[in-house]
Amino acid sequence: MDLFDKFEPLLQAKAKLPFEDGDPFTVCMEKVISQTEAIINGRHTVLAGTNNYLGLTFDRTCIEAAHQALDEQGTGTTGSRVLNGTYAGHRGLEEALAEFYGTAHAMVFSTGYQANLGMISTLCGPKDFLLIDADSHASIYDGCKMGDATVVRFRHNDANDLDKRLRRIDASAGRLVVLEGLYSMLGDRAPLKELVAVAKAHGASVLVDEAHSLGVYGATGRGVSQEDGVEDQVDFIVGTFSKSVGTIGGFCVSNHPKFEVMRLVCRPYLFTASLPPSVVASATAAVKVMGRSPELREQLWRNARQLHDGLEKLGFSLGAPVSPISAVKISDQATAMRFWAGLLKAGVYVNLAFPPATPQGIYLLRCSLSAAHTPEQIAFMLEKFKEVGLALGEIGPNRVSETRPAGADARTIASPLTAGAAAATG
Amino acid sequence: MTINKDSLTEETIFAEVCRLLGPFNKRGVSVTRTTNFSSDLELDSLAVMDLLAEIEDHFDITVPLNVLPDLEKVGDVSAAVLKIIKG
Ligand SMILES: Cc1ncc(COP(=O)(O)O)c(C=O)c1O
Repeated sequence: MDLFDKFEPLLQAKAKLPFEDGDPFTVCMEKVISQTEAIINGRHTVLAGTNNYLGLTFDRTCIEAAHQALDEQGTGTTGSRVLNGTYAGHRGLEEALAEFYGTAHAMVFSTGYQANLGMISTLCGPKDFLLIDADSHASIYDGCKMGDATVVRFRHNDANDLDKRLRRIDASAGRLVVLEGLYSMLGDRAPLKELVAVAKAHGASVLVDEAHSLGVYGATGRGVSQEDGVEDQVDFIVGTFSKSVGTIGGFCVSNHPKFEVMRLVCRPYLFTASLPPSVVASATAAVKVMGRSPELREQLWRNARQLHDGLEKLGFSLGAPVSPISAVKISDQATAMRFWAGLLKAGVYVNLAFPPATPQGIYLLRCSLSAAHTPEQIAFMLEKFKEVGLALGEIGPNRVSETRPAGADARTIASPLTAGAAAATG
Repeated sequence: MTINKDSLTEETIFAEVCRLLGPFNKRGVSVTRTTNFSSDLELDSLAVMDLLAEIEDHFDITVPLNVLPDLEKVGDVSAAVLKIIKG
């Protein structure tokens, strides 16, 4: 028995896909030009799928802060936060986050993935219950898998279903409801007011992952919790530096009086090296830039509206109301691949997303916008969407029927913990 | 709730599971305890989630995600429901 035999069905399914026009799994940015442009396959390409919401990857303040830290403190910390890996910069970043959120505590992880893994697996023990949204990100599912709690899944964004499921659980048990601010695949926002109200009515704790909503929603960019006015009822906010903050890393902020004990018990925090000083410096600078730059958020939303409305006008079916993520639903997998490759050849990069990374077994061309995009770049994206869409019959007179073949979802009961959660790129 | 949990047996639970499974059994497969959800009934994970939600609602129980990998056949489900109800 070869250990790789188990991947044979996947490889066979992959072999049936039309890769002749390009392979979405092997894209290489041969040269990065700016936040919004790169050379791919030798071609100048507009990037419409980078999660670089505020365009801070090339912000002068952030770059200079990183340069200085690199020169003064070297390339890495070579150690865990609890050994030799906490520098003044790590403390400073945690202080900047606590100030930004107005919380008593902030804890920085090496990635957002690890932040979810760590918080979820550590907060809930064998006698506790985790209630997670069915469309949760892979890091949330994996956090559940890593811990010992009983995991209960509720219907996506469905407060009534959450209520019903909480009612069936003994109220004396510890219960954590895990939500996201903005769901990364379809770009749909969570009704946090309703969901948090239900959780609190049952006395459950709430964790909100604001990975895609940090810097995007709320009066000062703190996320959907802020926008919906429920921050005082959210016990833990998790976020990442890999999107609007423009670098890498993750964090959790909280007002829980005993929060600091996490630093002693949370394995994905303890047993990995801390972020390098240059990353810490640019993240700190970015959090501050974010707090004082509402104009970036405003530009992002103008851009989001232009793309969303343009795609709708062309006749595409989108996953959600306007947000910086526009997910274009494509009728089947082969068309989605051809569409994706057609866009890339025409000079537009978007994310191609399949099940199990997508919910409901759908195929998506996922666009995410940046404040750094110009109206001209967005007009260019729309023009290319129109050309390729017409050629493939996804829009216009040759439009193919909307019905998908039954059984398009390859997920099976054998792997429920990855269902809806193996996020490919987002 | 009309179900008297004390009087439930594996037999009666299996019969109820079969009844709830009806609308999902699009190909009209004759269902036994060894009928496999994925290979025999060709249910994808979304359909399985819907089916389990109906079973949970019917019996007013929680089937945790943790036990899902063990639920490959219809008989696995009736056994799991019995175990959850009887504690
Ligand atoms: C909802 C959500 N949570 C967590 C993460 C993980 O973040 P990171 O890239 O920092 O590991 C992502 C994206 O990758 C995400 O989309």
